[in-house]
Amino acid sequence: MIAPVPPAPLAPAVEAVAANPWVSLAYLVAGVCFILALRGLSSPTTSQRGNRFGMIGMAIAVVTTLVTHVPMRSEAWPPGNPHDPLIDWTAAFEILAAIGLGAAIGIVTARRIAMTAMPQLVAAFHSLVGLAAVAVACAAFLNPVAFDIADMVVPMIGQPFASIHVVSRVEMALGVAIGAITFSGSVIAFLKLNGNMGGKPILLPGRHALNAGLLGAIVILVAMFTRDQAPWIFWTITLLSFVIGFLLIVPIGGADMPVVVSMLNSYSGWAAAAMGFTLHNTAMIVTGALVGSSGAILSYIMCRAMNRSFVSVIAGGFGASDAGGGAAAATDRPWKRGSAEDAAFLMSQAEQVVIVPGYGMAVAQAQHVLREMGDLLKKEGVRVKYAIHPVAGRMPGHMNVLLAEANVPYDEVFELEDINAEFAQTDVAFVIGANDVTNPAAKTDKSSPIYGMPVLDVEKAKTVLFIKRSMGGVGYAGVDNELFYRDNTMMLLADAKKMVEEIVKALG
Amino acid sequence: MDFVSILSIFVLACFVGYYVVWSVTPALHTPLMAVTNAISSVIIVGALIAAAASSGATGSGVAKWLGLGAVVLASINIFGGFAVTQRMLAMYRKKEKRS
Repeated sequence: MIAPVPPAPLAPAVEAVAANPWVSLAYLVAGVCFILALRGLSSPTTSQRGNRFGMIGMAIAVVTTLVTHVPMRSEAWPPGNPHDPLIDWTAAFEILAAIGLGAAIGIVTARRIAMTAMPQLVAAFHSLVGLAAVAVACAAFLNPVAFDIADMVVPMIGQPFASIHVVSRVEMALGVAIGAITFSGSVIAFLKLNGNMGGKPILLPGRHALNAGLLGAIVILVAMFTRDQAPWIFWTITLLSFVIGFLLIVPIGGADMPVVVSMLNSYSGWAAAAMGFTLHNTAMIVTGALVGSSGAILSYIMCRAMNRSFVSVIAGGFGASDAGGGAAAATDRPWKRGSAEDAAFLMSQAEQVVIVPGYGMAVAQAQHVLREMGDLLKKEGVRVKYAIHPVAGRMPGHMNVLLAEANVPYDEVFELEDINAEFAQTDVAFVIGANDVTNPAAKTDKSSPIYGMPVLDVEKAKTVLFIKRSMGGVGYAGVDNELFYRDNTMMLLADAKKMVEEIVKALG
Repeated sequence: MDFVSILSIFVLACFVGYYVVWSVTPALHTPLMAVTNAISSVIIVGALIAAAASSGATGSGVAKWLGLGAVVLASINIFGGFAVTQRMLAMYRKKEKRS
């Protein structure tokens, strides 16, 4: 059944958009500004200028839309007055108030948020993009004439109605589906990162079949939607997409979050691109493509750093099963325990210390005191460097931001491939809150679940200091770390922050 | 614009995105996510069109409120995203040269 939509008067502004090349040009300039914004991030020195380009691009896009889409009244006041500009001031005020409200919430949140909470903030922001995309797609479906994507059809029997162009129907359906998946997926990711929901993967029986079935149903419904613009098809697509977004992220465990967050980043881009197709808007298409490829590349980098395929991460469940009996027996092996004083002495005598931070450092908020320790060591003439594994933390670049927050100069911070060769010439490797990314079993033990994952060669250093809360726990992958039992490893069992504070005391 | 020219813009922009993003230094991957999040809120363009559409047609009232809601959501992202990116980028500094 086709819902009858009575003809709506075309707002004059809509026709002006199609006719005015300056408007398209303005959107193109906005798109170029966004490219320059990302380009600026190739180095910390140019990054702030890049961010300003981003803001300029957004300002151009918003102002252009505001100017070309002034809300109009259909009747003049007083009736018949030819000089009334017909501007609907109430609607205009509502729009500006909506922008103001969003701006206030956004700026306050951005100022107050702790740097350690950045992963959940990004996930929350992704969910907003997803929900906004859903709202825009629904609005376009309900009022297609305003978006200039429909033709008025006057059938032989019944009311005339707005028939949405077939291409626009596909774009709109894709936009709403991707937006809804982004929204519900990001909400789950947020809850997991924020600790409202356990980091352990939740495995539903038959989830692969269920997901495949839902995806198939969405594809069929989109195909049906091109033939019949019935509201029930549109709303079912929306609903199923919300459900599938939820189901996709629930089985994925905490430490796979870097991939999930990047993937949702990518989705939010594709959603924007789909809406850009619907609106024939260059700025949205360019942005969508940029953001989409950015998220996809980050997901790829994260997967490569874990030596896992994208499919295996999405399938989820990693770390849910036990690693077998080996891990339990292994804890009986002898290991060495050290004190803060031992650690302080060893490091102050060293020529080079390499610090390996991980998620545990973020949890303990130990980055500031860690930098203090680094400063004291530097005063003693020790060379201090930081080594960062790509998947350390809960999102790409998480450790770098925390170290930057603690005023660690970025030229002391090195990526895996740049520093791995240096461990052999390092006196002390100081592992704080990282585990799986230092496990030598990834290089030697073919039966290990993390076999083949690129790891930091910390065991090549003369001494390894390993901060860990207790000997009982294992890393995310659920495997015991060979490193604990080596002759050159000294375990420092304590909360990361407390231990570093004690080391600082001993050094000072 | 016809579909094919829009598609061409999209495909070319994907390639631009590919090369630009690979040149981003890994140290700035978190700001990259924050800023891409901010710019993907360019979807506000669609929200503004929906919010400004003349009322009268069936469903246009709901569409208008959906548009206004989306304007709020996208504005949170735009202002929040750029502000938090700015805050992060301001923290990255080089080692002070000691003489």
